[in-house]
Amino acid sequence: MNFSESFQTALFNLFANKLRSFLTMLGVIIGVASVVAMVSLGQGMRAQIVDQISSLGSNILTVIPGRVRQGAGPMGMFMARGGGNVLKYEYFQELRATPFPGIRAVTTEATTSLPVTFARESVFVNVVGTTPELLEIRNFTLLGGRSFSGYDYSYSRKVAILGHTVAQDLFGDPLLAVGASIRVGRTIFTVVGVLEPKTMGGQDLGNQVFIPLTTFRQYLTGSRYLWNIIVQVDEKENIPLVSQWLSDFFRRKIGDPEQFSILNQQDLLETVESVTGTVTLFLAVIAGISLLVGGIGIMNIMLVSVAERTREIGLRKAIGAKPRDILLQFLLESSLLSLVGGVVGLVLGILAGRTMASFSQLPFVLSPQVMALALSVSLAVGLFFGIYPARRASRLDPITALRYE
Amino acid sequence: MPPIIRVENLVKVYRTGKVEVRALQGVTFEVHPGEFIAIMGPSGSGKTTLMNILGCLDTPTEGRYILDGVEVSSLRENQLAEIRNRKIGFVFQNFHLLPRLTAFQNVELPLLYASVPKSIRVRRVRDLLERVGLGERMHHRPNELSGGQMQRVAIARALVNDPAIILADEPTGNLDTLSGEEIMSIFQELNEEGRTIILVTHERDIAQHTRRVIHFRDGKILKNEDVTDRIDARRLLEELKRQRSLLEEAG
Repeated sequence: MNFSESFQTALFNLFANKLRSFLTMLGVIIGVASVVAMVSLGQGMRAQIVDQISSLGSNILTVIPGRVRQGAGPMGMFMARGGGNVLKYEYFQELRATPFPGIRAVTTEATTSLPVTFARESVFVNVVGTTPELLEIRNFTLLGGRSFSGYDYSYSRKVAILGHTVAQDLFGDPLLAVGASIRVGRTIFTVVGVLEPKTMGGQDLGNQVFIPLTTFRQYLTGSRYLWNIIVQVDEKENIPLVSQWLSDFFRRKIGDPEQFSILNQQDLLETVESVTGTVTLFLAVIAGISLLVGGIGIMNIMLVSVAERTREIGLRKAIGAKPRDILLQFLLESSLLSLVGGVVGLVLGILAGRTMASFSQLPFVLSPQVMALALSVSLAVGLFFGIYPARRASRLDPITALRYE
Repeated sequence: MPPIIRVENLVKVYRTGKVEVRALQGVTFEVHPGEFIAIMGPSGSGKTTLMNILGCLDTPTEGRYILDGVEVSSLRENQLAEIRNRKIGFVFQNFHLLPRLTAFQNVELPLLYASVPKSIRVRRVRDLLERVGLGERMHHRPNELSGGQMQRVAIARALVNDPAIILADEPTGNLDTLSGEEIMSIFQELNEEGRTIILVTHERDIAQHTRRVIHFRDGKILKNEDVTDRIDARRLLEELKRQRSLLEEAG
């Protein structure tokens, strides 16, 4: 019997038992759908975290007080141990003044929490004292107004740039904020710019007010110490060189290498990639188990089908079917079951992945490799779990099979 | 003319545990083209075992079986399947039609396994079904057919690959007298056209339709005799039909 006729026979047999075929397929459908959904979700998660890290600027080295465990992940800067008041303002100034090949910009974020007031509206926000370069390094974009100028910085002018959320809370329409006078703590500032909305991993970055570092030090806090020093490197290739130079610089200044850490954004990205890769694999393995169960379901139903059709197999053999004709027929049935299940599962998995992604506000990532893998694995499941029943059928003795009741 | 079947000293031994059953104990005979033979004998006489071997469904323990010039006893599974497909037409007591296929599809099956192209298949199947009087019921499933009709589908299936011999195992065993007689008349017709037919039966009346009867007992040939007072199925059928219509008129 040629292939297309065997194929037609297989289709015919599957259609003859519609409900049973569907239920058998359901195992594969659920298996493939969960693999596709889980892997897509994992990849979406990865894409989002990578995106977040990159959104804080690229090629950035951050010097912070205290010791950070290697590979601490994107939030490593909040997990520093020890440390304290070690990053002196003078170091920052010296760094800014020292040209070193590869360093594009040096900035810092000195922060404090203060109420910000306009008219009767008052909100409690994060006030960040920094340099004019920060907005660009952190990839903030202006919605209206302007950034700090060098004069603002040099002369400690009382100017402020409002995050989108702050501006909205105080003024309703954020653009109305530009030019207005607000109070930060007890000091009056002029708003010179408003930023576009920005979030990082669900965290709102718009709830900040940026002022020149000099102003910050003069009017808000007189501390000699900084919370971090941010160095932007011009090219990715220069990161190790600059990192080494910074390490030497601060070891010379502070003395104890346990007192500070240099966080490398590239390291963070790699850590995140490996962590999310593991999570994705884990999800895929769990989902893969359901695919395995689906395969066992196929084997089970194929065995039942062989037993039910023993007489048919005997008759087919008596009138000239070769063992391989019978083998092919049953193998086609099992692989059709799982392949069709795989296709349906793929579609359902994509839909489920999309839905879950939109609920959890993750990006939906569907790689062609996942689709190809899902389909080939489902076909392989059909062949693997179909081969035993099919062999059993092909080896039936026609005499016994014909007499079988 | 050389014999179409030649069996020499066939022995078949079954072992079930420690018990040894000698189903055939040295059987030798020949069948020539155009013969119509009945194999008779009580159950356990070895006639089914012989049929299985003649049908290439089973192989003998000892002895030779030559079918249409081919030494069959030494062939492998795939070659046996091919012989069953092309040289032998089976007719079974309980028809063995596939219930989900139509009459047409059932008859077509051996052609599929012989990889015959579709256009030829359609023509052959149609011709044969018309030949056995089922031209109108080609696309009916077995459960829409009577026993006699099912057996006629099975005969069409047996003929479809133009085999060298027809093997019929109790072909009328599940049929009423009239349908049985119809089947026997088809066999007689086929034989008159030159078909070689071997049928197994335990009914003397049925054996009486053939030309030669081989009697079996205890795995051996007891008697091999020509049929003298042969029943003509067509004439008997007319007789039966007349009686029936008379009965109906009276009733």
